[in-house]
Formats: sequence, structure tokens, C-alpha cells
Amino acid sequence: MTETTPTPTIPLWQDVPSDALLDVRGVSLAFGQVRALRDVSMHARRGEVTAIVGDNGAGKSTLIRCISGIHKADEGSIDFDGERVHFRSPEEARSAGIETVHQNLALVEDLTVWQNLFLNREIVRGIGPVKLLDRGAMRKEAERMVSSLAVNVPAVGARVRRLSGGQRQAVSICRAAGFTSKLIIMDEPTAALGVQETARVEELIQRLRDEGHAIVLISHNFAQVLKLSDAVWVMRAGRCVAGRRTAETDGDEIVALITGARAGDLADEPA
Amino acid sequence: MTETSTRETASGGSTSRGAGAAPHTPARPSRAAGLRDLSNWADWAALVGLIVLVVIFQSLNSTFLSPGNIQSMLVASAILIVLAIGQTFVVATAGIDLSVASTMTLAAVVFGMVFTAGHGLPLSMAAAVVAGAMVGLVNGLLVARGRITDFIVTLGTLSAASGLALILSDGKPATIISAPLLKLSTGSIGIFGYSVIVALVIALIAHIVLFRTRFGTHVLATGGNAEAANATGVRTKRVKTWVYVISGVLAGIGSILLVARVGAAEPAANTAFLLNSVAAVVLGGVSLFGGRATIIGPVIGALLLTALVNGLTLLGVSQFYQPLSVGIVVVLAAFLTRFQK
Ligand SMILES: Nc1ncnc2c1ncn2[C@@H]1O[C@H](COP(=O)(O)OP(=O)(O)O)[C@@H](O)[C@H]1O
Ligand SMILES: [Mg+2]
Repeated sequence: MTETTPTPTIPLWQDVPSDALLDVRGVSLAFGQVRALRDVSMHARRGEVTAIVGDNGAGKSTLIRCISGIHKADEGSIDFDGERVHFRSPEEARSAGIETVHQNLALVEDLTVWQNLFLNREIVRGIGPVKLLDRGAMRKEAERMVSSLAVNVPAVGARVRRLSGGQRQAVSICRAAGFTSKLIIMDEPTAALGVQETARVEELIQRLRDEGHAIVLISHNFAQVLKLSDAVWVMRAGRCVAGRRTAETDGDEIVALITGARAGDLADEPA
Repeated sequence: MTETSTRETASGGSTSRGAGAAPHTPARPSRAAGLRDLSNWADWAALVGLIVLVVIFQSLNSTFLSPGNIQSMLVASAILIVLAIGQTFVVATAGIDLSVASTMTLAAVVFGMVFTAGHGLPLSMAAAVVAGAMVGLVNGLLVARGRITDFIVTLGTLSAASGLALILSDGKPATIISAPLLKLSTGSIGIFGYSVIVALVIALIAHIVLFRTRFGTHVLATGGNAEAANATGVRTKRVKTWVYVISGVLAGIGSILLVARVGAAEPAANTAFLLNSVAAVVLGGVSLFGGRATIIGPVIGALLLTALVNGLTLLGVSQFYQPLSVGIVVVLAAFLTRFQK
């Protein structure tokens, strides 16, 4: 750690490593009059936790929704794993290896844990042309996925409606990590959790990183960002105003960048 | 009744998981699970209601449970069962199909036209089913792609389909004389008439589709949380379209049973079938908010409504009281579903 935090000579958004897993360039998206994203550029490296921070409404969720195929950017490009991608649906992003844990917990409460884990990834058995669900295989595999978690999740046959917030989050993360994903995006995974549950989800994130997963983490918790991330991007009013290697910054600088008290890396940024 | 709905799997044991992991969140005590299951009794309102009705009617009139009367009740319930199953798929996605009965009427008229033109029974039946499917497709596309409220769309097709039936038939019934159709409406195996066997086979297939196929899971997921289903890549619009097609196809099959029973294809409004199909679904414990459904529930709901009407008729209660009693039973059932978890 450096004792001072000088603005880097080359802004991080221009300093893209050649083997970056995710490279977002100049992405813009407007919802009618609301310009949710304006010329956003950021990237994420393999095997790292990349954090995105910013106030509510800064555009963080919209950005990751563009990456995970829910929204389609009006402008800009997204390269993933060395290829230009134009996802038209979440299905395409998932096929490419991007799994997302959405902020609003994309679980179906009336389905069971195993049904949620395998939603749209169901294992089927062919009986002639008819393909029936292999429920036994899915339950068994779900048991395996869930038992590898550091978070205690009740029987995989339990309906999600009965789970606590932490357990639901664990199921969501488990689903994202369970399939052959190259990138796991988590949108405020600990926002609704208590202290203990947060600690457990953080352990989970660290473990996934140690297992070689690349993770994009959106968080409001600076301590968490500093502890878990390798790089951090700051968003403000639809723009990605700054990027830092986490080791070269501190909480104060990030707060200043978020609030705008400190100018970001963008040359044309209004004061 | 091998019921393996989400409902049942959901009440599976509550063994604590991850023995190696630290005892984080305590596992649910299994006793609590048992109690919760008791609260699911509301899901079985239809079965309880049916049993209560049977006991009451049997004690008032001993011919109620005679084989002959059971057989006629089953036959009388066949069409409603078929329509209620279609309605169930739509309601499971949090939609509603108000056009089922008119679609059936239109399909019956199409049946009559093709048959009268001398194209034979198989082609007439196929035409009826295709006609139903087309109405369903229009419903589905307007709801899913056109983003118009299901209520308005199907209210529109309700009117359009019965209007079309009147135009095509010129308002006149077409008499259908066909030995196989007569057999369909009168033949039986034991106390099970052929028409009710058709309905039960459809119920079995529907059960398998809903609980044993990807499509079925996606139907429940779409109804339970469309946004979440969509985020996992489930094509919720396609699912929403297909459930209306299913409902339309079943209305087409219903029209065949109807023509067989009446012996004619008439452009008559079958409003009671619409109300009763929704009623059977509600009685069957299917959530109108979507995401929770069974097939067996609405089937029992349809049997209950048929038994109610049959029993009242048997007791000599004026026909005028039937709609009233159906209404009371349905509101009562809807009231019970408030206790659903
Ligand atoms: N589907 C949408 N339709 C219209 N406006 C939206 C939509 N999603 C997000 N927005 C708007 O875009 C802006 C950014 O929102 P969001 O990405 O959710 O912010 P964050 O996740 O950083 O809190 C907000 O002004 C929000 O109101
Ligand atoms: Mg957000």
C-alpha cells in the first residue's frame, strides 16, 4: 500500500490487459429520458474479484444487466473471453459462461431449492422423443452443490419461500457457481443480510475466487470491497468515473470518487 | 393419485445439511414442517368439499351413489375437466383465459361445418382442435408479445369467437349423426364413460407435462416469478404463449365431447362452462397469482361442481338455484385459499 493515493498516470480503463476476461467499452443505455449508462468502460481480469461501487441509481445494476443479457446496450461493445459478444438474452450470456446473482434474488419462491438450482438447466431423460425430467439426478446433484457451500441450506426439496435471506443468497450463489461459469456477477449479494450471514457469503466469494472463478461484485460495503476485491470501479450518475487497483487505493479515496468530491479519470467529466 | 407436485416435494424432510460445515443457520425442526403441511389443508379444499357433498347428498337421497348416477355424474363432468385443465395451465402462469367456453363453441361450429361438408369424422375433429389452437395462439401472442392484459385479450376473444361461431353457422345448429360419436358419448368401461376416460387421460398427460417436463417447470416458474425465470434464460413470453395454445387445444377437444353429447354443433353460448372452469381451478387450490398449481386439484374441483348440480337436481331443487349454489361454493373456496401459505 502506498501512503498517498495519486491519480494513476494511465487511467485503469485505458490499461486493459490483453487477456482480460471481460472488457466493456463505451457502453451507453437510455430508458426513455433516463440515461442510465453513459459511455461506460471497465474490465475484469481472470481469477480476480472486480468490485463496482457507486450510489443508488448510479447505474451499477443496469451495467451488469447489459453484461448478463437482460438489457441490450444502445452503444458500445462488450468483449468476453476474447470475443465480441452481443447477447440477446440471459440464456445466451449463460451459455457463454456468465452467471449472475441478481440484486432482487432471481429465485422462484414457489419452487424448491433444487428446481431453482436447475431452472432452465434441467436434466432430462429421453423416453423416445419425449424428454422427461430426471428429478432424482437433479436432487442428487443439488445435494452435492449445496453441501459444498459453507452456508447451511436446508433440504434441497424445501421450497425457497421457507428459506432465510442468507440461505436464499447462498442458493443463488450456488447456482451461479455450480455451472461451468467463467464469470460470476453478484449484485449487492450481502445488502439484505445480517452480520453473520454477510461473513459467510464473503467466505463463499473468497472461496470461489480461490477456486479460480472470476467475480464481479457490486457492493455498498467499503470494508468488504477493500477486503475482497483486486480492482474497483466507481460509478456516478451513469458513468464509470474511475478505476483503481484495490491495493493502490483506500476507503477515503473511493468515497471521494463516489460523491464526486474528487474528480475521476474522465477528461471530459463535468465538475 | 400419485401426487408429486412442487407442493409435495417442498414438504420433504429437513435433514440438516453440510455436516462438515460450521453449524451456521440451524436446520428447521422437522416437527414444524409437519405443522406447516397441515396448513396446506386449504390446498385440498376441493377434496374435502367433494367428500362433504357426497356424504350430505347420499344421506338425503340414497340413489346419489348408485352406479348409474355416479356414471352419469362422471360423464357430465368430462367437458368441464378438460376445460379446467387448460385453464389451469393459463392460471399457473398468473394469467386467465376467459375465452375457453366461446373457443369451444367456435370449435364445435367448425366441427359441424367440416362434418356437414362431408369430410368425415377424423378431419372434423382435427379441424375443431386446430380452430381451438388458433384462438389460443391469438390469445397467447396478444398477451405475451402484445403486452395486453390477459383479462382484456381473452374478454375480446370471448366475444370474437362466439361472434365468429354465429357468423359461420348463420346462427343455426348443425345436426351431427355419427355412430362413433354416439359411442363416445354413451359407451363406457364399467362406470367410466368413454368421454370421462378421455378427460382422465388428458389429466394424466397434463400432470406429466406440468411436473415432469422442462416446459412444466417453466410454466410454474413464469407464474411464480417471471422476472427471475427470465433472468435464468427461461423464455417466459414463449411459455405464456403456449399455455393459451394448450387451453385452446383443450377447448377444441372439449368441443368434440360437446358435439358428441348434444348430437349437434350449435353456436350456443356456453357461459356456464367459463365460470365453472375458473371455479374448478380455484376450488382445486391453484393460485390465481400463478406459480402454484396441480392438475388433480382442478379435476376434483370439476367433479365437485358437477356433483353439486347433480345432487341438487336429484333432490328436486329448482334449476334456478344451481348458479347460486355454485357461486356460494366458489366464493367459499376462494375464502379458504386465504389460509394457503
Ligand atoms: N428498467 C428500467 N426502466 C427505466 N429506468 C430504469 C430501469 N432500470 C433502471 N432504471 C434507472 O436507471 C438508473 C440506474 O439504476 P440502477 O442501475 O438500478 O442503479 P444502481 O444499481 O446503481 O443503484 C436509475 O435512475 C433507475 O431509475
Ligand atoms: Mg442496483
